[in-house]
Amino acid sequence: MAVAALFFYIFSALAIGSAVMVIAARNPVHSVLFLILAFFNGAGLFLLLGAEFLAMILVVVYVGAVAVLFLFVVMMLDIDFAALRQGVLQYVPIGMVIGLILLVELGMVLGTWAISPEAVGLRVSPTPELTAVTNTEALGHLLYTRYVYFFQAAGLILLVAMIGAIVLTLRHKPNVKRQSIAEQVGRSPATAIEIRKVKPGQGI
Amino acid sequence: MEIALTHYLVVAAILFTIGVFGIFLNRKNVIVILMSIELLLLSVNLNLVAFSSFLGDLVGQVFALLVLTVAAAETAIGLAILVVHFRNRGSIDVEDVNLMKG
Repeated sequence: MAVAALFFYIFSALAIGSAVMVIAARNPVHSVLFLILAFFNGAGLFLLLGAEFLAMILVVVYVGAVAVLFLFVVMMLDIDFAALRQGVLQYVPIGMVIGLILLVELGMVLGTWAISPEAVGLRVSPTPELTAVTNTEALGHLLYTRYVYFFQAAGLILLVAMIGAIVLTLRHKPNVKRQSIAEQVGRSPATAIEIRKVKPGQGI
Repeated sequence: MEIALTHYLVVAAILFTIGVFGIFLNRKNVIVILMSIELLLLSVNLNLVAFSSFLGDLVGQVFALLVLTVAAAETAIGLAILVVHFRNRGSIDVEDVNLMKG
């Protein structure tokens, strides 16, 4: 247990520290790299909570896909980040005030909060023992039966996002010569060649 | 020392506050704003998984999975819009987003 507590403090301290660096770093590339570190530590916290599948998904989806997407955009666009950093300090006071209010509110919620005794009886799907069924298997059983419509909706959201991203970023340049395969295949001898009668000695 | 549910909730609350603060701090840079939103969603997921683990109810993890999906879709669309906007205006400053005169 002491080891688990030690790892909890390591993971949470690193997650919070790298989250601060995400918003404070001058270079957006550093921000993205600190975001990756924050997500790794978040995955560590998930592991400590016994949510192994979600921890792995967090690493695969965020570090593998989303963070790389961020890096790609940061490096692909030629942005003057120094100009964007100007005037940052003027937003610190209002940000501090709102952040402090939010933190105090969340702290007040945490201070007076307790799990109701009936909550245990109201569980929809009690977690099976890890010795009997692994976390991934239990999650799969739940996801493919009771929440199958939610699962399908999530797939639909991803499909719409994919199509939307492609449609948004696709562009046709007007003066670029392209191959039109349909036009090529649709050609017949009648449209491809033209026969002319040429009078002898005159040419066309 | 035993790690209780409250410990996780405190970490999630701090991460959430950092995310909100990041949105205010980097009001000009859309990329960092998107990253702050990712931090907010991470803290929400941490809350869901912590409650799921300590109550022994697996449904919280299903919802965390759905939040993860929506977050990934949101990032993809947001960055696509960002790229298109940068092509049109040559800047990603939030204050330059005024084509619709809103």
